[in-house]
Amino acid sequence: MTASHLIAVVTPYTVPTGLMDVLQVTVLVLVAAAATMVVVIRVPARQVIALSVYGILLAVLFLVFQAPDVTLSELTVGAVALPILLLLTLAKIRRREK
Amino acid sequence: MTPAGRRWIFVAAIAGLAAFYLWGLVGLPGFGNYPGPYGDIINRVAVAQTNATAAVSAVNFEYRGFDTVGEEFILFVAATGVAVVLRHMRDERERATGGEHGDEADEGRRVPATSGAIRMVALIMTGPTVVMGWWLVSHAQTDPSGGFQGGVVLATAFILIYLAGQFLAFERVSPVDVTDAVEAVGAGGFAAVGITAVAMGLPYLTNFLGLGTTPGAVSSSGTIALISFFVGLAVGAAFILIVSEMLDQALLLRQGSQ
Repeated sequence: MTASHLIAVVTPYTVPTGLMDVLQVTVLVLVAAAATMVVVIRVPARQVIALSVYGILLAVLFLVFQAPDVTLSELTVGAVALPILLLLTLAKIRRREK
Repeated sequence: MTPAGRRWIFVAAIAGLAAFYLWGLVGLPGFGNYPGPYGDIINRVAVAQTNATAAVSAVNFEYRGFDTVGEEFILFVAATGVAVVLRHMRDERERATGGEHGDEADEGRRVPATSGAIRMVALIMTGPTVVMGWWLVSHAQTDPSGGFQGGVVLATAFILIYLAGQFLAFERVSPVDVTDAVEAVGAGGFAAVGITAVAMGLPYLTNFLGLGTTPGAVSSSGTIALISFFVGLAVGAAFILIVSEMLDQALLLRQGSQ
């Protein structure tokens, strides 16, 4: 393989280092807060919504840490698919209780 | 055991856990420092070897394609398991209540109507979601995407149709038989790509298709694009299947409780 085959990874934009650090710390704190909320909230239906918000924040976290693939997976599974399954399960259990 | 004794055991355990955790953290490489050789090697050789500019897809569908087959079948088996268990329960319910149909009018009265706002948003979102999902499925080789993410986004489009208050339309656009078949074709297609390579005398999952001339073109990267397509089919169908089986359960119970 010759050197001409090597394609350098070029980033078309740059974020100042300090700004990136601030973003990362902010999102980390937000994720920790959202995770705590999911545990603290005791009403299952509200807990699911909190879990969905937590999923979105986690997706932002992955984006800020430069993993867009994982962002997409987390966004679709964590913020949409998992809450939908949980809400459907809650609906089913609630009917049975009535 | 007394509550006080229990508390002491908890404190001791948590102290031990914290100690081991801190010990482990001390040994970690510095934040942002990547010590392993593999990532750097892949970054250097992936584009030249596969013509895929998305190194993550190249790893998922090419270098570690065998792992991805396994993950693919984990999801396949999970969706099949959900379908088997829930369909079994549905049969029981049908026998117990003597049929499941004919309650649609009552059902309409009991269920609060979908609000116009949700209906509107869901309908507006459906088209763009299909485009987005399809773009993700078909561009694994060029952009950070792939069949898995794209498949789930495609399934979301079908769920939006349900959210728009069209359960009947949801069932019409995703009949269970067709969904089952698409899931099987997706999962089987991935395995078949690998077996085709074996039939040609190459190792399992060897990239036997032409790589194209331009790195990052949609037509480039050979089997990476093909496998992403099959994964998209399988994952999308699996999610639609799981959600529609669970919707069936919710709606059937609504009828059964009358």
